[in-house]
Amino acid sequence: MLKDITIGQHYPTGSIIHRLDPRTKIIGTFTFMAGLFLIQSFWGYLAVVALLSSVILISRIPVRYVLKGLRPLMILIMVTFFINLFMTRGEIIFGLGPLNITREGLHQGIFMAMRLVFLIVGTSLLTLTTSPITLTDGIEHLLNPLRKIGVPAHELAMMMTIALRFIPTLLEETDKIMKAQIARGADFESGNLMNRAKSLVPLLVPLFISSFRRADDLAMAMEARCYRGGENRTRLKALKWHAMDGVALVVIGSYFGIMILIRLSF
Amino acid sequence: MNHIYNPGSPFQTNALENINLEIETGEFIGLIGHTGSGKSTLVQHLNGLLKPTSGRIWVAGEEITSPGTKMKQIRKKVGLVFQYPEHQLFEETVYKDISFGPMNLGLTDTEVAYRVKEAMELVKLSYDDLKDRSPFDLSGGQRRRVAIAGVLAMKPEILILDEPTASLDPRGRDEILEQIKIFHQEFGLTIILVSHSMEDIGRLVNRIIVMDGGKIALTGKPGEVFARSSELEKMGLGVPQITTLMKKLNEKGYQLPEDLFTVQDARKAIMSWLRGNNHA
Repeated sequence: MLKDITIGQHYPTGSIIHRLDPRTKIIGTFTFMAGLFLIQSFWGYLAVVALLSSVILISRIPVRYVLKGLRPLMILIMVTFFINLFMTRGEIIFGLGPLNITREGLHQGIFMAMRLVFLIVGTSLLTLTTSPITLTDGIEHLLNPLRKIGVPAHELAMMMTIALRFIPTLLEETDKIMKAQIARGADFESGNLMNRAKSLVPLLVPLFISSFRRADDLAMAMEARCYRGGENRTRLKALKWHAMDGVALVVIGSYFGIMILIRLSF
Repeated sequence: MNHIYNPGSPFQTNALENINLEIETGEFIGLIGHTGSGKSTLVQHLNGLLKPTSGRIWVAGEEITSPGTKMKQIRKKVGLVFQYPEHQLFEETVYKDISFGPMNLGLTDTEVAYRVKEAMELVKLSYDDLKDRSPFDLSGGQRRRVAIAGVLAMKPEILILDEPTASLDPRGRDEILEQIKIFHQEFGLTIILVSHSMEDIGRLVNRIIVMDGGKIALTGKPGEVFARSSELEKMGLGVPQITTLMKKLNEKGYQLPEDLFTVQDARKAIMSWLRGNNHA
């Protein structure tokens, strides 16, 4: 039942992009997003499309797989498009009762929808090419300087790692308890909203209890192995910058430079 | 109960393959297999929690794989106790938890109350002492019995128990097994007991079904199955210690039957062999 859901959409192909340092990819993704918000004309999108398609090409991830990430957010994209379409004032090209479509609205709607699509594709490329564990490693390293102002970088990363680790376990547990309650005649599928919410109690209570028990056990097991936080902790797989990371940062840097230039010159 | 089932499901490496199985009303079946051999998958098909990729299943004359079957009716007939059933408890009191199943069947309050009491007596839990306690205050063994009572209160005709004795101490294990025996003998339930403990199963069941790699590898009376110990060992399963003992003795030149698995039977066989030898 629930086992079919894939969490984290890591798609391993072993390409150059996959092997880049997670820090490079995180910084790159943020730079890409910042650049995206600088764009004011469709011309800017040409550079974005060029960048994204070359990254997808190099990463050897099927285009269809990348676009699949858009599907759950389609509603958001549509809502954005229609709000912009109807709510922008300007030259009316089509009227329907109280709703007016303006030339500016059409322009703005398409523009915003495209921005969202690129944003989603760009960020999903990060998770597609980076395993969740490497990603948290990268985040921990990037947050490290903030430790001086009291941000618990290691602890945050450890929490993320543990959460990710337990998602499949929790799904399995949910599946099992759900089946056990269905075997006792529980009904999770029919009835109105109120009844459905109520029918979740026999599922959620055991799930919470087992999560607390698991958390207790894990804390105990970590203590038994002398875990004491991030202080002086070394890693099995230390992150290292490679030449490719430099190249990638130059590429993403020049993309950002172009974005600024376009912004200034138009 | 007739049960024919033929899925050739390729969706998992250790899914079920060409299972063809018939279980009679009133039988006590032991389902044995290594972890991942498909035991749990198989039993979940029997009350419609899982659907076969191909093939059909009949329960009590009704084809449960045909579209439009009332699954609730099937689940009322086939009670399934999962592994670690105590993890499914959720109510504030033992009474409420056991009544969850009967309530879902839409029974009246008096009938539910009667059934809860009866189910608690069946699993040897004191109704008056425990009905208002929180299930989470009870010991592990008691909690498991509450969970089993929750299934029994639905009065199934067929009871499937998936490793009901896992991680219980020897006493708790013996008590549960003893009660299961009573369900079968006194109440005439058809029972399917999933386990990998040969000792437990050998003593209780009429027929053993051994699963390996999603297929039925062996089936027959406990003695018949245990006599094929080398095949069982190849599947990563042991045979009862008594069977091993008889085999070892035979290797030393004694002539003893190898299809035994209880201390009493072994004692009898050895005694009669000794007597026979003395006379000669």
